[in-house]
Amino acid sequence: MKVIYILWLRALKHYVRSPAQIVASFGQPLLYLLALGFGLGPVFEKAGQGSYLQFLAPGVIAVTVLFSGAFSGIGLLWDRQFGFLKETLVAPVPRLHVMIGRTLGGATVATIQGLLVLILCVILGFRPGSLLATPVFLLVMVLIAVVCCAFGTVIGSRMQSMQAYPLVMNFVMLPLFFLSGALFPLQGLPGPLQAITTLNPLSYGVDGLRGSLIGVSHFGLTWDMGVLAAVAAVFLVLGAWSFSKIEL
Amino acid sequence: MIKVQNLSKRFGQFQAVKDISFEVKPGELFAFLGPNGAGKTTTIKMLTTLLTPTSGSILIDGLDPAKNQNEVRSRFGIVFQDPSVDTELTAYENMELHGVLYGVPRKVRVERIELLMKLFELWDRKDQRMKIFSGGMRRRLEIARGFLHTPKILFLDEPTLGLDPQSRNQLWTHVKALNESEQVTVFLTTHYMDEAERVAQRIAVIDHGAIVALGSARELMDQTNTSSLEGAFLALTGSAIREEQAGSADQMRQFMRAWSNKR
Repeated sequence: MKVIYILWLRALKHYVRSPAQIVASFGQPLLYLLALGFGLGPVFEKAGQGSYLQFLAPGVIAVTVLFSGAFSGIGLLWDRQFGFLKETLVAPVPRLHVMIGRTLGGATVATIQGLLVLILCVILGFRPGSLLATPVFLLVMVLIAVVCCAFGTVIGSRMQSMQAYPLVMNFVMLPLFFLSGALFPLQGLPGPLQAITTLNPLSYGVDGLRGSLIGVSHFGLTWDMGVLAAVAAVFLVLGAWSFSKIEL
Repeated sequence: MIKVQNLSKRFGQFQAVKDISFEVKPGELFAFLGPNGAGKTTTIKMLTTLLTPTSGSILIDGLDPAKNQNEVRSRFGIVFQDPSVDTELTAYENMELHGVLYGVPRKVRVERIELLMKLFELWDRKDQRMKIFSGGMRRRLEIARGFLHTPKILFLDEPTLGLDPQSRNQLWTHVKALNESEQVTVFLTTHYMDEAERVAQRIAVIDHGAIVALGSARELMDQTNTSSLEGAFLALTGSAIREEQAGSADQMRQFMRAWSNKR
């Protein structure tokens, strides 16, 4: 327990101690909200779908959690290259504890990031439906964060160097984001796109956030959370397994 | 304390360590010397549970690292060739994290951290983040950290690489002092022959994965009819320069160097 706690704490200290990085992490969400939210807003409204900002905000929050979570998992690579990982791997503790501590730390940071972006959305004019849904919203966000961190751990355990970073970014993270329903409604999509979005775990995260924040849901909140929990379990097991296989 | 028999490690076609056997006595300062790529680090990785041997047996304090991984891990401390501190944390936090990882009880932890940080002259700067520390200070902290959980063996893999003579000197003085006061067995590798000659009681020379000589510095010199350990080392291993493939860690080191020059 103590090991998990101290590694969780380490992740938080890292987060709090790099204010520049926190500020920088608002860049992308802000860009999406401004360029897409306000840029496509009029078109969306003309199509009779209401305010695009209302629709987009949960998607942008989800993508924030996705990036923050997955990259904290991949941060493993950083620790590997700069040596700190070895310190934890030769310690007389089960690797599973190390992995859990890291994942919980990353997930906590990702959740905080998501909350900060929610505040940003509110400042820009987003209005959540009711405050009663806050616990549900938080739960969905934590689930997304755990899925992404564990997923990042799987990737981070398998990659040998930072060179693979852009590869993961362009072929995994961005597709997950763009094909998740974060930017467009999932109703009435062409067949292939429909299939892809249904298979993308992030779709359920975006949908869950939308369901809890503005009360509009495509799959239904219970289903969203069920799928997220199941995917989280699978990735946690995969992550723990990959992490236990790391050789230096 | 360490007993190695017919140990081998193969990576695909490449035989990194070939059938080596040696023994290190309790409380001994034992040096492992060899040119780049000779198999020193691979051997240390196997001794410290980071790699599994292809064949052969290892006993650390009577235990097999492959079977009793965590018991073995709690018995040794290690200072890696590459830095392994968390530079975003303070010096004290790095020590504390290590103490928690090794299950050192709180009271002992606080006492020993203070003792060791004072000994290694780091106490004044305990609350500063490690990223502003010099290479020598980081190294000192890593060695202090290695002693924190009162290990029976301390592995030092090229601990003085890139340090100035003052830091090297001071570092070995502390290590020797702790070796005597706490009876810690020390297993070290280095490229500085003068260090090995000064510090180590026995020296093993490894080349192309095999041990080519083993004995005190005096014995190695007598054996090769040379007057210095460096002469003995060159006589044993030849003077050809080794081609070593750069791994991702080397690339990262280069990257780090380029990066820190820029700033």
